[in-house]
Amino acid sequence: MCDDCGCGPGAEGVTITRAGQKRRAATMDRAGHAHDHAVAAGVGHEPVQGRRLEVAREVLAGNNEQAAHNREHLQARRVVALNLVSSPGSGKTTILEQTIRRLAGVRPVAVIEGDQQTLLDAERIEKTGVPVVQINTGAGCHLDAAMVHRALHELKLREDSLLFIENVGNLVCPAMFDLGETAKVVIISVTEGEDKPLKYPAMFAAARWCLINKIDLLPHLDFDLEKCREYALRVNPELQFVALSARSGEGMEEWLAVLEDLAAK
Amino acid sequence: MHEMSLALNIVELAEAECRAAGGEMISRVEVEVGALAGVMPEALQFCFAAACRETMAEGAELEIITVAGRGECASCRQVGTMAEQFTLCSACGGLMRPLQGQELRLAAIVVD
Repeated sequence: MCDDCGCGPGAEGVTITRAGQKRRAATMDRAGHAHDHAVAAGVGHEPVQGRRLEVAREVLAGNNEQAAHNREHLQARRVVALNLVSSPGSGKTTILEQTIRRLAGVRPVAVIEGDQQTLLDAERIEKTGVPVVQINTGAGCHLDAAMVHRALHELKLREDSLLFIENVGNLVCPAMFDLGETAKVVIISVTEGEDKPLKYPAMFAAARWCLINKIDLLPHLDFDLEKCREYALRVNPELQFVALSARSGEGMEEWLAVLEDLAAK
Repeated sequence: MHEMSLALNIVELAEAECRAAGGEMISRVEVEVGALAGVMPEALQFCFAAACRETMAEGAELEIITVAGRGECASCRQVGTMAEQFTLCSACGGLMRPLQGQELRLAAIVVD
C-alpha cells in the first residue's frame, strides 16, 4: 500500500467511472494517481533469516488511515458524507433520486455509487443532474476507503456539499470498512423482516440513522414497524429513525430536515 | 466474503514487514482474530492461501489465534463473556458492550 495516503491494494478488478464518460477499458494504475513511491532502501535494517518478527499491527490499519485522510479532505471542504448501507433492493437508489430532487437549489449534492457490476445506478443518478461517480467492485462485497479516495479524485466536490456514498447492497461486510464518512445510514424496507436488526446487528450498531423505507406498502404487509425499531434499539440504543416512502413521498420532509440539521453542524 | 480483502491486507502488511527487515520469504503468518470481529476463520484460511499466490508469502502457513469475547453490561456494569456481537447481560438483560474480542491484528511473521 502507498504510505503517502494508503491508496492502492486489492484494487484489481475495481473500476471507477464518472457518469457521462465511457468506462475506462483498463483498471486504473493501482491508486489512479501518481505519488513518489521511492523507498529508502534498507535503512538501518540488518537482513533477518528464519526469524519470528513481532508485528502487532491492525489488519485494517491501512483502510483506517485512508479513511482518516478522506475524512480530512471532506471536512476541509465542509462536506457532509453519508455512507448508505442496506440489503440489495431496499430502495437506496430511489431514496437518493427523490432526496436529490428535493435538494435542488438548496445545497450542492454529489454521489458515489458502489455496485459489483454495471453503471445502471450512476445513470439513474446522472438524470437528476448531480455529479456522480460509479465504483464497480468486481467480485468485492463492499466499498473500502481506497476506492472512495479514488472516486473523490474524480469528483470535483463543491464546498458545503452533501455527499452520498451508496455502498454495495450487503448488510454484513460494509459495516467493517470506514470510508471517512460523517455517518452511516442503514436502510431497511418493510418488505424485509422486522427482525433484521437482530440478525445483522453489526450494521445497525455501526449506523447513526436508520431509514425504514416503503411504508406506503405497510397496509399490505405484516411488518411491525414498532417491533423493528425496538429490535434496532436493542442493538444500538442511540440509533435514530425516519420512516418514509421514497415512492409516495411520505416522511421525506422529515428526512430532509435531518440532512439540513447534519449540514448545519 | 470480506475475508478476501482482509487476507489481501494481511499479506500486504506481512510483505511490508518482511521487506523492512530485509527478509525475502515469509513462511508463517500469525493473526489474532477476536470472536466478535465478524470474521470467519475458515473463510480467512481459504482466502489467505489465494492471497499469498505470487507474493513473498507464497505457501506460507497461517495461524489464527482466537481471542475470546468479553464485555461489560451498559446498564449494570457486570462483566461477562460475549459469544457474539449482540449479547444481553445474564444479570439484568442489558446490552453488553465489547471490551475484548474485536481484534483483527497481524501478530507476528516468520521470515526466511
